Amino acid sequence: MSASPVYLDAATAAPAHPVARQALLAALDDGWADPGKLYTQARRARQLLDAAREATAQTLGVRADEVSFTSSGTTAAHGAVLGALAGRRRTGSTLVHSAIEHSAVLHAAERHVAAGGTAIPVPVDRLGRLDLDAWSAAVRAPGVALAALISASHEVGTVQPVAEAAAACADAGVPLYVDAAQSVGRVPLPAGWSVLTASAHKWGGPPGVGVLAVRKGTRWESPWPADEREGGRTPGSVNLPAVVAAAASLRAAAADAAAEEARLAPLVDRIRSRVAAEVPDVEVVGDPVLRLPHLVTFSCLYVDGETLLHALDRRGFAVSSGSSCTSSTLRPSHVLEAMGVLSHGNVRVSLHRETTEAHVERFLAELPGIVAGLRAEAGVVGL
Amino acid sequence: MPDEVLDCRGQRCPLPVIAAARRMPQVPIGTVVRVLADDPAAAVDIPAWCRMRGQEFLTAITGPEGPAYDIRRTH
Ligand SMILES: Cc1ncc(COP(=O)(O)O)c(C=O)c1O
Repeated sequence: MSASPVYLDAATAAPAHPVARQALLAALDDGWADPGKLYTQARRARQLLDAAREATAQTLGVRADEVSFTSSGTTAAHGAVLGALAGRRRTGSTLVHSAIEHSAVLHAAERHVAAGGTAIPVPVDRLGRLDLDAWSAAVRAPGVALAALISASHEVGTVQPVAEAAAACADAGVPLYVDAAQSVGRVPLPAGWSVLTASAHKWGGPPGVGVLAVRKGTRWESPWPADEREGGRTPGSVNLPAVVAAAASLRAAAADAAAEEARLAPLVDRIRSRVAAEVPDVEVVGDPVLRLPHLVTFSCLYVDGETLLHALDRRGFAVSSGSSCTSSTLRPSHVLEAMGVLSHGNVRVSLHRETTEAHVERFLAELPGIVAGLRAEAGVVGL
Repeated sequence: MPDEVLDCRGQRCPLPVIAAARRMPQVPIGTVVRVLADDPAAAVDIPAWCRMRGQEFLTAITGPEGPAYDIRRTH
């Protein structure tokens, strides 16, 4: 018997915003033609694409011609890293990045290293915050082509000191790429970046739409085979109906962001304090104050992460985990590893516009019993 | 050198941490226990357990028997 579902994994994919649904359906009727062609249907599609780009640019605080749509946040991150490195290859071949970047950025870094480049990870502290001294030293070294810093951790919610990191980059003349997937549409964006990416399904847009913004004056060279669409930065036809839905829902999410932050941040605080108080032997991780308003992470000692996810799912709760047993590589999350915090029994809870106080209360009411039950089964009570 | 060795090779996390947590209260204070564990999560979780339990994490080494973690019982 499964209980009524409570979806708490918005950091992976937020439920579609009603505005996204409306815009998607309208654009399926109206925006199916190729916007590059020279007939009436194409001009209509072109208008929709231009309007989507204009709206997205406005929300990000950039010019429309600085914005390209991609087929996911992952592709946007790949293009950001590899394109910015290619644009600066005469200056150097070193990529400096935080140790807690999303795997999309780390995999692009691996590709760069395989091609003969260098990648320098910069550590974070126990709360998951960038070591600014190490960062400043790393970006000042000779031959640095690009620095990459996530706006806020997708795994533990800690907001990164982007303004300070950007200042160090500016001093060193190094462009900064910010993966803002967890921030766009939720919190104000930091300044000082040259390249920024985001992902629509994090803010209630459809999956399969990413945003790549490259500021004027940034040397960026496409790492993909030539294609002139999307300013030459993303090859292939964009999924126009999904892009239209992404832009419309971004505008709606950004308009509500301050109110949503005010509503969700106290719920996150409540989860942090109640879990720490009511579940024995738990480590609540991430910065207690400098954090995203919608995401909270904790690890339960002696509990297997996958077993915990299944037990929560049976009670109707959908959450994520950075535990190794839940990853295909069988390695613990590199983020928890970099922070030096407990990696097993890990749960990430992330809230969205449909999350109510009652959902959070039900989760908090059931969690201690679920963890206690698993510990009793495993015979680890009292250790 | 460790006073005793706890062989948790082949065990997936959290089992090595559980084994350490079971063993530590049974050894005299001051004893150094070496946990052999080849699950990559042990490298994070054994030091984290020591911090949460106030036990002393001495060192992580990789010897002929694979990755090993030395813990001293302090209380
Ligand atoms: C910080 C961050 N960057 C990039 C991505 C990748 O986005 P997408 O799922 O659209 O490929 C995600 C989502 O998993 C993310 O959280």
